[in-house]
Amino acid sequence: MVKRGYRKERLDRGIKARSDDIFAIASWRETLYLILPRAAVIVSLLAFPLLKDVLGHYWQNVMLITCTIALLALSWDLLASVGLVSLGQALFFGVGAYLAGFLSRTFGWTPLLTIPASTVAGALLCTAILFPVLRLRGIYFGLITFALPLLMMRMIEATKILGGTEGLSGLPPLPDITFELYLVITAALVCAFGFKRLMDTDYGLVLRAIRDNDRSVLASGINIQWYKAQAVFIAALPGTFAGAFLTHHYQFVGMPAFALDFSILPLTSVVIGGAGTFAGAVLGAFILVPLSEVLRAFGTLRVVIYCSFLIIFTIGLPEGIFRFIERKYHQFERVVPLEEVRA
Amino acid sequence: MRTDPILRVCNLSKRFGGVNAVYDVSFYLYEGETLGIIGPNGSGKSTLINLITGFVKPDSGKVYFRGRDITGITPDKAVSLGIARSFQLVRPFYNMAVYKNLVIPLYSPRVRKLKGGKYGDRDEVAIHLLEEVGFERDSQVPFKTAGTLPHGYMKRLELARCLSLQPEVVILDELFSGMSMSEIASMLPLLEKINREEGRTLIMVEHRLRELFRVVGKVIVLNFGMKIAEGTPAEVMEVEEVRKAYLGSEVEAGA
Amino acid sequence: MELVNVLVFGLVNSAVLALTAMGFSLTFGLSGVANFAHGGLYLLAGYTSWILANRLNLPFAVSAVLAVILAALLGALIYRLVLMPVRGIVLSEVIATFAVGVAILELFRWMGFVTYEFNLRPFVKGSVEIAGVAVDYQRILIIGIGLVLAAGLWYFTRRTRIGLALRGMAQDEYTALSVGIESDWAAALSLALGAGLAAVAALSILPLGIISINIGYDVLLIALAVTVLGGLESTTGLVAGAFILGYAMTFTSTYLGPQWMEAVYMAAIVLVLAVKPSGLFGKSKELEERV
Repeated sequence: MVKRGYRKERLDRGIKARSDDIFAIASWRETLYLILPRAAVIVSLLAFPLLKDVLGHYWQNVMLITCTIALLALSWDLLASVGLVSLGQALFFGVGAYLAGFLSRTFGWTPLLTIPASTVAGALLCTAILFPVLRLRGIYFGLITFALPLLMMRMIEATKILGGTEGLSGLPPLPDITFELYLVITAALVCAFGFKRLMDTDYGLVLRAIRDNDRSVLASGINIQWYKAQAVFIAALPGTFAGAFLTHHYQFVGMPAFALDFSILPLTSVVIGGAGTFAGAVLGAFILVPLSEVLRAFGTLRVVIYCSFLIIFTIGLPEGIFRFIERKYHQFERVVPLEEVRA
Repeated sequence: MRTDPILRVCNLSKRFGGVNAVYDVSFYLYEGETLGIIGPNGSGKSTLINLITGFVKPDSGKVYFRGRDITGITPDKAVSLGIARSFQLVRPFYNMAVYKNLVIPLYSPRVRKLKGGKYGDRDEVAIHLLEEVGFERDSQVPFKTAGTLPHGYMKRLELARCLSLQPEVVILDELFSGMSMSEIASMLPLLEKINREEGRTLIMVEHRLRELFRVVGKVIVLNFGMKIAEGTPAEVMEVEEVRKAYLGSEVEAGA
Repeated sequence: MELVNVLVFGLVNSAVLALTAMGFSLTFGLSGVANFAHGGLYLLAGYTSWILANRLNLPFAVSAVLAVILAALLGALIYRLVLMPVRGIVLSEVIATFAVGVAILELFRWMGFVTYEFNLRPFVKGSVEIAGVAVDYQRILIIGIGLVLAAGLWYFTRRTRIGLALRGMAQDEYTALSVGIESDWAAALSLALGAGLAAVAALSILPLGIISINIGYDVLLIALAVTVLGGLESTTGLVAGAFILGYAMTFTSTYLGPQWMEAVYMAAIVLVLAVKPSGLFGKSKELEERV
């Protein structure tokens, strides 16, 4: 029996843009082909705050939260590229948030001082907290990061420090929403492109090597512990920044800063967008957060919905949406008839 | 009178779950010498290497490098001092291009210090190193993903990783295993060059005795974690215990 | 007097913890899957039993049995639908099961299971006085169930052919395959057993108080704490971990105040993983030998 069959054929576009570091930019068209997607994203993000009259206060707030989650997702992605899988991004967020609240309350500093201070100090603190467990891998590191923010929450509750269950309220705000938006959007863009660039350097290569095979990295004379600590510090920066930023946005910091939401949302974003690309993490956040806002009417059912996303993407599209789109952009696909298939 | 040995191992012992993996092993080695470590499977050769290079902490005993106590040092420190090792089971960075595999060791503090902060393009150095260990000149192989390499080439990559660290002591754990006769034959001049011309001290753990004895001047034999003989290749093969330990298990023992 | 109190309730607490963690530990020991849906399955059993008994007016015993069966089936289903495609990728396993667990819990929250009316009937009512401390029968029953299940589990994994085979599989999948054990079937079974045990734990423990969604999250953390403390694969470790944690929690609660109780098990996870990641009684050399 002879059956006619078809198969899908994938072909790279005729530009060598996808090979590691060889860019053959011959014409304007090809330059555009490379730059346009990036430029489009940057321009539309930077234009967003100008549209406040069109979009209204509500969507500006959504944008703000989206960018914060994107920052936490970027932080997750960088950690994961050293092989440290975090189930508790809320640790970074909470530490940054509480530090900003503490500095602001105790010393009366302005947000323009507390945010950078608590970003850096918070990242240092997180690195110090995680330093003893950096030798753990896989699920064990995941477990400890899962437990840490919840432990922080209980400690604050039990010791009643930093406002206890009440939290710290009445903190000074940032100038205005446009300023806030530009601040957080710029931070997200800088992290996304900066991290990507960082991972392409020799330094980033070492970080990736630690994830792939730590034994050979050790035998190459590199102190894994030290490099992992550096990675944790760099990864913690966007997280603590996000925390400090939202503290001043809400003019409040409380125990919810360590809540599970700030761990699950970034993780889901990365899973949806695709790990290891940084752009995927941001894309994921830009899909997930607005969607969960739209679904707010459904109450906690939206948690069920994004859990379903988490499951579907983990199983069905483990590469994530970003790599999927990237592939479509760089490749032709066409259906070709097979000559003959004997069945 | 010679100076301190470059490497001195004193009464090193390690137990794994009640079994003596290495028991009371001592030896020393002067700079520029070559040493072979042989013994049947499971006789503690790899553990001994792991103990010296810091991958496993000894229960008792000492390791001295140029007279300095380096017992229980971390592996990366050992490399910084100039002790580089290869692994029996090679595990390159599979997802990276072959030459990028060497960028990792070239980034290590040791290499950066030796180059005095000035190190041109690491990629170029890496490709040069690959040619040195027998990758064909001007071929596409160094640009392929390391995971696609044939086994023999992975072994060479492993050797290149050791050499990239500009070590004083090179410890090679079963470099020849899984290599064809002709591949081994092509390695021998390189090993000689490493030792004679570049003056690096060489320690080799091997099963291929015939080839090993062409390279090393001194051999120690392990059995059940204990050192049962030491001397030149010809001497150790005369020892009754060595013959017994190898009897039947190694065809090449009569070399 | 207070010390007697602490000793008695410490014992009860330890039994509760052991029972809570048992299903999680069993699944992990048999198939290497860290089932983060444990808390979800636990509460699912509780609510199912409540619905069956109060809405459909089934006898309590019937509702309990049905709840256990349902949980076990769901456990097997989770393996078949969610875990099988990502088998071996530990992170994906954890994320997927965690998502299932959260989905179950939040679904119940959305369906309105948040008020105080939801409580399960104890198997037996009344109480008895032990050394001057009044202990209700349900708590004594929990100790009993805990003992029986722990002993049964130990016997199952060490002495029965199927238990040994499953354990062998967790250690070396290829060998197990070569002696003719189907790995997917075995893993599904281990999830079903774990989920069933979670249900039994829920039905015995939940009558002590009201059922609330947040218990589900706590159950997962307790299971993690106990198994991490005792080492991730042995029954003996599980019991020992439960006792240490149980008494630690009772002591802190009595002498420092109840608000510290939950901090204890989180701190246990963090400290044990930082100091001795293979657990206080574990022998995982792989973890210890890491430099």
